[in-house]
Amino acid sequence: MSQLPLSLHIPEPKARPGQVPDFSGVPLSAAGAVPRPAIDSDESVLRRYPYELIRVLDDAHNAVGDWAPTLDTDHLLRGLRAMLLTRTYDERMVRLQRQGKTSFYMKCTGEEAVAVAQAMALDSGDMLFPSYRQQGLLIARDHSLLDMMCQVLNNRRDRLKGRQLPVMYSSRASNFFSISGNLGTQFPQAVGWAMASAIRGDTRIAAAWVGDGTTAEGDFHHALTFASVYQAPVLLNVVNNQWAISSFQGIAGGERATFAARALGFGIPGLRVDGNDFLAVHAVTRWAAERARRNLGPTLIELVTYRAAPHSTSDDPSAYRPQAEAAQWPLGDPIERLKQHLIATGHWTEQQHDALASELDDLVKTTLKEAESHGLLGTSEHDPDSMFEDVFKEVPPHLLRQRQQMREG
Amino acid sequence: MSAMNMIQAINSALDTMMQRDDSVVVFGEDVGYFGGVFRCTAGLQKKYGHHRVFDSPISEAGIMGTAIGMGVYGLRPVAEIQFADYIYPAFDQLVSEAARLRYRSGGEFHAPLTVRAPSGGGIFGGQTHSQSPESIFTHVCGLKTVVPSNPYDAKGLLIAAIEDDDPVVFFEPKRIYNGPFDGHHDRPLTPWAKHPMGEVPDDYYRIPLGKAAIVRPGRRITVLSYGTMVHVCLAAVAEAGIDAEVIDLRSLLPLDLDTIVESVSKTGRCIVVHEATRTCGFGAELVAVVQEHCFWCLEAPIERVTGWDTPYPHALEWAYFPGPARVIKALQRTLEA
Repeated sequence: MSQLPLSLHIPEPKARPGQVPDFSGVPLSAAGAVPRPAIDSDESVLRRYPYELIRVLDDAHNAVGDWAPTLDTDHLLRGLRAMLLTRTYDERMVRLQRQGKTSFYMKCTGEEAVAVAQAMALDSGDMLFPSYRQQGLLIARDHSLLDMMCQVLNNRRDRLKGRQLPVMYSSRASNFFSISGNLGTQFPQAVGWAMASAIRGDTRIAAAWVGDGTTAEGDFHHALTFASVYQAPVLLNVVNNQWAISSFQGIAGGERATFAARALGFGIPGLRVDGNDFLAVHAVTRWAAERARRNLGPTLIELVTYRAAPHSTSDDPSAYRPQAEAAQWPLGDPIERLKQHLIATGHWTEQQHDALASELDDLVKTTLKEAESHGLLGTSEHDPDSMFEDVFKEVPPHLLRQRQQMREG
Repeated sequence: MSAMNMIQAINSALDTMMQRDDSVVVFGEDVGYFGGVFRCTAGLQKKYGHHRVFDSPISEAGIMGTAIGMGVYGLRPVAEIQFADYIYPAFDQLVSEAARLRYRSGGEFHAPLTVRAPSGGGIFGGQTHSQSPESIFTHVCGLKTVVPSNPYDAKGLLIAAIEDDDPVVFFEPKRIYNGPFDGHHDRPLTPWAKHPMGEVPDDYYRIPLGKAAIVRPGRRITVLSYGTMVHVCLAAVAEAGIDAEVIDLRSLLPLDLDTIVESVSKTGRCIVVHEATRTCGFGAELVAVVQEHCFWCLEAPIERVTGWDTPYPHALEWAYFPGPARVIKALQRTLEA
């Protein structure tokens, strides 16, 4: 019997501020190396997938392998535009926050392919249960930018009546579920929505997103259990951007196994995909969506990417990770990679790209001007009476009394 | 009309609503094939099929999370939590999600779910089969909280809860599933068949949420209570021969303030009785509203008869449970004050 004292293992990232970024621990596969299994593959055939990385775009910007989707150029250009618009929007909204016109913002820089490619691979009737970092879903669904900006500004035109923190969007019209501050709650809710669709014999499916950090929440596990038990038509996406605020993904349990591998114990297919590869994300999402639509059950998708921006406007990453990490990320930048692919295939040029960037910049600026005309946070009071509405369907007597007390001061 | 106990009345409410509205689905641990550990869902799966009534994994948070998703889709889920004592794993989904969804989405999304949970003590259930956690839920804005005290109300209130477009937490005092319990644990149980409220219509009817019932009119003191304790209060009042007005609140939120204020304004005295622990229990809110609205009518301090501020003990059940003797003493103290 060993008499040596035990010691507790505390995972630490490979590099801290001032050190050289090191991504040697991230398992990568070559583009095209991972075969595309049949939609109705048995779970036993799919067991290898959580430990590989599905990639389509190679270093020379060619689409290679089984997963290369047969997307027409228009589709790819629409994707490029939506990703670029998402990034432009993010940049402008952070400036808005820095100008003191709103309180808070969260960018998705470097993760644009996740939301945009996934939205484009799903049908418009499919229900999305996002976290706070999938604004690209709304943009890819052509949701009004003005509407999004007014929510961030919490102004008179904010459909959520100034009740929600900026970026906690909600849109029934775009089938984009109301974002909650409580992490992971949307995961079992998406499963329930998908179960309801199956109960009703509908054809629509659901998709949900959480980050790597949130996989440690109980709701992640509840969702996988229910999705597996009832074979719910749902896509459960883990956006592994390596960081949960200041905690690297090892603190969430990513050191010993991939997040996609969580699926194995539930008998659910777990696919791991290059999250910065628009074509791979699109193809994998299509695969999982088709599987769900054919009543073959749920899929867990781990999208491997990197959170290039600070966690939020209240965060300073230089305090916990090397400055150069984003630039060293081996999977590059999703916009740049799709752009280079389109250039390599002769469908796009640097000039066209610059023109698009400037067009989108103008679009965002013009729209923001209109949004600001509806007021800024704190300068455009909502009717205080509205505070008491929508707690319940009808305002109950005790809230009527409190509303009266507020009026009387 | 049929003679029903609470279990049969709840079963009848579910049956009635599933018949009327094909968006009503019932699920929870053991509710499907087996028909529930208290038999409340017996026969429903056979009648309505596996898509409408089904067993769930042992995961209260999963039950609540998926119920919310079903509600968002457009179904009307009735989820069962086997014991109120086991509702806590579902707390985040109830408080942060179900209760807030309509508000945070500006009215765009809502989840019209009903959560049924057997609650209360008096059954030697020990720490985790006896709790009365209603005040934890009445404190959450966006939830409605209901506690029936008899079969007739149980069916009518449950139908109203299922039809309600807001999330409703529906606590069923399991001590009175089979018969009214007046706190005299040494006497044989009276079945609901011998009680007028055990006569229940077979068809659809509803009792509106937010309306209390005056179960015994009186002039000298008002007794505010709900669930099992309504029967304990009635027994205490009868034994002490006091002309008390006993009010069964039925719905704690929304609360029927008018009925309470009218009664206390008339009697000038009030006691509040519940099984739940005292500190920050629902009785504290009742005492506060009576004080605010009836201060100038009050002739005595408002008393609370409640469970003690301890976890629910197993062997000391009857020292813990607020029986008729404790209620009588509080009535007498308040009348003499």
